[in-house]
Amino acid sequence: MSLLARILCGLAFVVIAPLCGGLFDGIDRKLSARMQGRVGPSIYQSFYDVRKLFYKKPAVADPMQTFLVASYMILLIMTGTIFFTGNDILMCFFVLSTAMTFLYFAAIISSSPYATIAAGRELVQAVCYEPAVLLTALGFYLATNTFDTAGLTGLDTSLIVYMPGFFIAFVFAMVIKMRKSPFDVSTSHHAHQELVGGVATEMSGRNLAFFHITEWYENVFLFGVISLFFLNNHLWSIPLALAADLVVFFFLVLLDNSSARVKWKNMLGLSWIVTLLTAGVNLFVLMLVHLV
Amino acid sequence: MPVTIFLICFPVLVAAGMFFIRSSKVRAWVSYGATGCIIIAVGVLFVQWMMRGAGKIELITEAHTADNLMLGAEVVLMCIVTYLCFKYRKYWVSILSIAPTMLLVYYELRRPSLRHTPYIYIDHLSMLMCLIVGIIGSLIICYAVGYMHGYHQHHKEVEDRRYYFFMILFLFLGAMFGFVLSESLLWIDFFWEITSVCSFLLIGYTRTEEAINNSFRALWMNLLGGCALAVGIVYYAVNAGTVSFHSLIVAGIGHVWYAYIPIALIAFAALTKAAQYPFSTWLLGAMVAPTPSSALLHSATMVKAGIYVLFRLGPAMSLTTTGNMVIFVGGFTFFMASIIAIGQSDAKRVLAFSTVSNLGLMVACAGCGVPETIWAGVLLMVFHAVSKSLLFQDVGATENAIGSRDIEDMHGLMYRVPRLAVFMFIGIAGMFLAPFGMLISKWSALKAAVDESNILFAMFIIFGSATTSFYWTKWMGKLISRSHLTGEMTIDKTKKNEFVSLSIHAVLMIALCVLLPLISGAYVDPLLTEMFGTYQDVLNTKVLVILSVMIAFVFAVPIASYFYFKNHKAEVKLTYMSGINTGDNNGFIDSFGDPKQLWLSNFYFRSFIHPHQLRVISQIVTTAVIIVMEIMVIGGALL
Repeated sequence: MSLLARILCGLAFVVIAPLCGGLFDGIDRKLSARMQGRVGPSIYQSFYDVRKLFYKKPAVADPMQTFLVASYMILLIMTGTIFFTGNDILMCFFVLSTAMTFLYFAAIISSSPYATIAAGRELVQAVCYEPAVLLTALGFYLATNTFDTAGLTGLDTSLIVYMPGFFIAFVFAMVIKMRKSPFDVSTSHHAHQELVGGVATEMSGRNLAFFHITEWYENVFLFGVISLFFLNNHLWSIPLALAADLVVFFFLVLLDNSSARVKWKNMLGLSWIVTLLTAGVNLFVLMLVHLV
Repeated sequence: MPVTIFLICFPVLVAAGMFFIRSSKVRAWVSYGATGCIIIAVGVLFVQWMMRGAGKIELITEAHTADNLMLGAEVVLMCIVTYLCFKYRKYWVSILSIAPTMLLVYYELRRPSLRHTPYIYIDHLSMLMCLIVGIIGSLIICYAVGYMHGYHQHHKEVEDRRYYFFMILFLFLGAMFGFVLSESLLWIDFFWEITSVCSFLLIGYTRTEEAINNSFRALWMNLLGGCALAVGIVYYAVNAGTVSFHSLIVAGIGHVWYAYIPIALIAFAALTKAAQYPFSTWLLGAMVAPTPSSALLHSATMVKAGIYVLFRLGPAMSLTTTGNMVIFVGGFTFFMASIIAIGQSDAKRVLAFSTVSNLGLMVACAGCGVPETIWAGVLLMVFHAVSKSLLFQDVGATENAIGSRDIEDMHGLMYRVPRLAVFMFIGIAGMFLAPFGMLISKWSALKAAVDESNILFAMFIIFGSATTSFYWTKWMGKLISRSHLTGEMTIDKTKKNEFVSLSIHAVLMIALCVLLPLISGAYVDPLLTEMFGTYQDVLNTKVLVILSVMIAFVFAVPIASYFYFKNHKAEVKLTYMSGINTGDNNGFIDSFGDPKQLWLSNFYFRSFIHPHQLRVISQIVTTAVIIVMEIMVIGGALL
């Protein structure tokens, strides 16, 4: 990729990602509603919601919260930009985990009991998905000998062929990362549930809007990683990757609507075991192939 | 360069002087003066070494008198240890001191004809160690002056033997300098024994039963390492006809048959010093000594002796059985200790476990022995030394202010004792948060683990780093959380000298973070070139750019938001309690109309993290691995 193409990709991410993410969110709500036998809101509902939030009078639980939410957002945009400009994917995941730390601070600084519990569980979630995510980066490196996302797409075959185990582990991590049931332990979508609004309980107005927009960026980034498993140097791999994104997306929504929340202890055990059995075994196999 | 001799001898002379100074005022000024001299001397050494081209420098080829003096001192040391062992009825420990000393005495008295080798050797690695020991060690002593003063006012039951305490501290510094500057293995062994005995004496300072038990545990573990070291050295000297440390490494890289056993034994000794499982308990036991002077002396400087030896051996261990043993023990320790750290709420214990855990990562890096991992390990070591020293001092000062060192009691420290909380924040962030310190080392180590096809190493780093982030992040969160505060400020009792030391550390920490690319290019890269001969850049430009952007971000966003919020004030509301707040964020009125107090606490996983169980499991696993691997190496070489 030339420098210009990289910069364009980066800019495209910054501009288009929130649109795609918001739309994904709208479709998610629509699909969920249909699965539950409701009509559901318009697929543009997420945009209306966020627009409304911007008109609210600013009110915070702690003055520092705005700064922390802003840091969370900037770091996540940075993550996506590093990724879509074809740079180091391992670095990308490190920046992602730093962004998560700022979200944790933003939740815990409010002193709210609900946000604090949710923040603690958010950290537990991080312990669950981080190994899978980092292992995926290692898998990419082992399969292609580079951490650069630009180099990962230049092969003759799609990477999924070499790393199916990593793919399963990453989708599993995504369920946790996107707080989808059964692993939505740190959040809830309904005010009557134990955690009220999860980490966003004490966010309102613009802060909440930024939080939602950041989630959109994050989701686009995660689906970008999914695409990476399928892209190769043939043009037909682009629709393939998009199709894969849609399948994974549908699977996540379906899972979200058809499963009950597990306890966080079960999540911890299960995610590590799954990571070891899929990504771990896949890593082992790839290393053996390399040695031979 | 006489300044090297000065660095070794001067602290020893000061130590001797300390024994006779019984006035605390005089002692304080002598300590300040002496540590100032040591820092200046380290600076002079650094400048001289730079002016000579910053390469390898070998000094002193004839030192018969010094050799004989050391032999004598070693025997004296053995007598002291034996006496103490009999005094406290730990008879068997004395064997671990008598046996290696007798072995060395017997060997040296035979007057073997050895090839002439230099006794002192200075290169990038030993210079770096000198800087760490000189600067951090001296600052610790400065801090100890103020701390010990307060300590004896609080603890009337402990006999005031500060003359003795400071004597040991200075002796320890001298030994550390000697250790990192020596090229002769016999000298290295001598200084090694001194640091072991010094730490034993420091831990037992209070003479309580617990202190004595812990000090003997530290002693026997370190002496066991010393035994292995002595046997390894004599074996090598007999077979190779030299006691030069570097010739051993060259032999190891060249797979000469007589190098395997000494390397395996010395690596084993280094594992004991670096407090890896199964020997980690001595470092945790060391925390009973007066907080935090000796505790942090152990965490920030002494354990680095083991790491230093392993870095030196690194290239020779690469892809050998010994290397695999070291990687396994280090990686396993990194992972297990970080899990145990999650279950701790005592700040000092968290620091202790995180020390063991981080040392594990460095040890594993050394065992891998390729440029990337040594690069990562060296940077980790530097960051760890500064950060741990800062954090230990800060926890000590916090304990003085709030009367507890439980992390749960540090709730809202940022609003109660802001100065100390900021220092703590810097220390913790420097340890694990991107873009600082550990992150880039992890990046490099992971890459190397894959390059070397070492799946265990990669797994340990990945799972260990997830758990490491967990315990640090929740600690940081505790500092900034605001609820269940009464709103009153706690009086910051930090003394001026403590504060100066803390500030210097914090500035150092930030400078290290910001200058990381520079340090890597100007210092660590030449270090690797010296070690491996050839070497290509670990940090590629892209990663460097990302790193710089993140560092800029970390400093720009708070400043920008400060100016933004000066003009844009948002209304502050009470938090949601699912009930009516009692007027602040500290409680709510429940459905019966009674006020309920709110209390927030962190996750500790107490229901399934059982430190004792995990420790026993780790000790069994690592002991088995060490025994099997050592037998493989030694048996393989002898057959």
